[in-house]
Amino acid sequence: MNDSAVMWSRALTELTLSFHIVYATIGVGIPLMIMIAQWVGLKNNDEHYLLLARRWARGFVITVAIGVVTGTAIGLQLSLLWPNFMELAGQVIALPLFMETFAFFVEAIFLGLYLYTWDRFKNPKRHLLLLVPVAIGASMSAVFITIVNAFMNAPQGFDLVDGELVNIQPVLAMLNPAMPTKVAHVLVTSYMTAAFLLASIAAYRMLRGSKHVYHKKALHLLLKLGLVFSIAALIVGDFSGKYLAEYQPEKLAAAEWHFETKEDASLVLFGVLDGEEVKYAIKVPYALSVLAHNNPFAEVKGLDQFPEDEQPPLYIHYLFDVMVVIGTLLIVVAAIYVLGKWRGWKFISSKSFKRIVVAGGPLSLIAVEAGWWFAEVGRQPWILRGYMKTAEGATTSGQVDSMLILFAGLYIVLAVGSIVVLNRMFRNNPIEREIEEHQQVEGGAGQ
Amino acid sequence: MTLEILGISVLWIFLFGYVIVASIDFGAGFFNAYSLLIGKNHILTNIIKRYLSPVWEVTNVFLVFFFVGIVGFFPQTAFYYGTILLVPVSISLVLLAIRGSYYAFESYGARGHIGYTLTYGVAGLLIPASLSVVFAIAAGGYVDIVNGQPVLNYWTLYTSPFAWSIVVLSIAAVLYISAVFLTWYAHKAKDKEATNLMRRYALAWAVPLMVSAIGITYEMKFINPESYDNMVNLWWMFVISAVLFIITVVLIWMRKNYGLAVGLLIAQFAVAFFAYGIAQYPYLLYPYLTIYDSFTSTQMAIALVIAFILGLCLLIPSLFLLLKLFLFNKNYVTGKEDNHA
Repeated sequence: MNDSAVMWSRALTELTLSFHIVYATIGVGIPLMIMIAQWVGLKNNDEHYLLLARRWARGFVITVAIGVVTGTAIGLQLSLLWPNFMELAGQVIALPLFMETFAFFVEAIFLGLYLYTWDRFKNPKRHLLLLVPVAIGASMSAVFITIVNAFMNAPQGFDLVDGELVNIQPVLAMLNPAMPTKVAHVLVTSYMTAAFLLASIAAYRMLRGSKHVYHKKALHLLLKLGLVFSIAALIVGDFSGKYLAEYQPEKLAAAEWHFETKEDASLVLFGVLDGEEVKYAIKVPYALSVLAHNNPFAEVKGLDQFPEDEQPPLYIHYLFDVMVVIGTLLIVVAAIYVLGKWRGWKFISSKSFKRIVVAGGPLSLIAVEAGWWFAEVGRQPWILRGYMKTAEGATTSGQVDSMLILFAGLYIVLAVGSIVVLNRMFRNNPIEREIEEHQQVEGGAGQ
Repeated sequence: MTLEILGISVLWIFLFGYVIVASIDFGAGFFNAYSLLIGKNHILTNIIKRYLSPVWEVTNVFLVFFFVGIVGFFPQTAFYYGTILLVPVSISLVLLAIRGSYYAFESYGARGHIGYTLTYGVAGLLIPASLSVVFAIAAGGYVDIVNGQPVLNYWTLYTSPFAWSIVVLSIAAVLYISAVFLTWYAHKAKDKEATNLMRRYALAWAVPLMVSAIGITYEMKFINPESYDNMVNLWWMFVISAVLFIITVVLIWMRKNYGLAVGLLIAQFAVAFFAYGIAQYPYLLYPYLTIYDSFTSTQMAIALVIAFILGLCLLIPSLFLLLKLFLFNKNYVTGKEDNHA
């Protein structure tokens, strides 16, 4: 075994995935937002919503491009960095991997069709229909790839007899116990992230002095959607806690610094760890028992139940906190907005509230990253929980460290490039100008 | 037909699909960059953009399909190829990433940026070169097994005339396929100037294509005598391919029936590609890995075949719609309609 190759392989995989999920999450969520905006625009015959859809679609192309190329990278890196794991996974979990490529195929084809047929059909509903397979394809690729990840957390659908895999059941492997909560959580948080990111752009334009009603409509639509999806994320998050308590108690215990198995377990918020002593933390009595079993007096398994070499690192507590705190904060922001609109609060049109909404976009991305790190680091030291340790799956190649530098350079170039291009795309062509040009064309056609 | 043969045939078909669509794509990017350098981009850019824009993302999926499929059907390839290909494939990945994203940057963000166009063009030629090395490795002779782990012998690979011939062949094929296709596309767009330019490129690249193909067959004799013998036994397939090639070149030379020329070109490459593939049988990595000892469990193979058939039911109508709306739509091809979002 080559220890440094294991370390570098983990570092490179983490780097690629951390970069990829920013664009992938956007890629899953935005098509749905485009579809909703275009549908609202057609239904109400409101040009502004159609323009929203059109402008989002243009920006979406750039993020999709990065999502596609980094997705291709991680797809191949799985085999390049974890050849032993992929050999095993290929026998049991190839089916969802394979299905993901079909979802990706459909999305790619229809995105091209959608982008290049604007105003081409006499009936605009037909054009909207092209977006349905894009949105479904994007979500289905997330579903299938998350199933693969769920399998790594809760492997099933095969038997291991004397080191040989027998009795392989591909469909059972897909329907593993981690699958429902993981898939649901990934989907709703992607939609939520997309809503808050786009809302953050609208709020930013308004802060910069744009008074156009277009931004107000965008903000209104997106924060309503944001509220729905963030509440959904909360509910699914609760189910995920129950899943962990049942099937991966060591991850929940490490996340909550729950060292000893006991009843009436309290939830630890914030705090720092000093040896085995938790300092400066807020303890919510019974909350962990409620999270784990829906019963304040239930027993929750602690880390003492697991051998030391099978415990995940304890720093995942901080990641868990970051994810939960941001999630809760965003629910509050969206709820205040929706309530405020209804009750006519002045506060929500203020600059300071808009600043909070602007922060919501980046914050939701941070929550996505923290959530993934928590989920992935939380299953250490396993690459396939209970079956294969991470160190056994890694490559033996000695050149992983130089590949890490190579890819780090690539991601810097891609990040800077995408930001510069997106910025130029929208700053040089603000909505006011586009609406004006649009009206001129319409007027010209009418004469 | 056994499941192993079915699996490898499906994958080989998709790899062939990638070779064709990617060649058109890579070659187009190169011709676009080259025409910018010699000041003829006003002739080519529009034609190339119009073809590439709706399909650039689809090209990549063929590749993803192939490498996901091969790990699914033949999981041991992940172990062998995954271990040895870290460096060459990482380099290809970086090039693919630069190319894919720069296309989007250039077409949607900053139109007409020279740096993007050139990077895009150059990367397009380096990718087939770096990917085609895998064909050389598969033929055998560059991998040693050390302590039970496969190790790639870089020095033997980089000094091998066989590997370099494959690189030359891949580049020549990319430029030839792309030029023939774009000649037809430009002709459909009623763009005389672009048609003539692409026609000249097509004829120019026909010669190195044939020379390197013959060179590879000759070198195969020393690299892998077993598969050389197989190729000799399949001589009739190579003859068919050569005849198709000659008819294509003659059609283009006489400025006749470009559509038929594209069809024959695809047939020519299909025949040669499959003949080469069959000659490698049963090896995936000579002499360590055959399609029989690396095949997945029967249950998984059946599940994959079912998923594949269902996937095709979705894929074929979608691809057909794409072709109908962009490749065979007069108003779109001739540029009368621009419905870009």
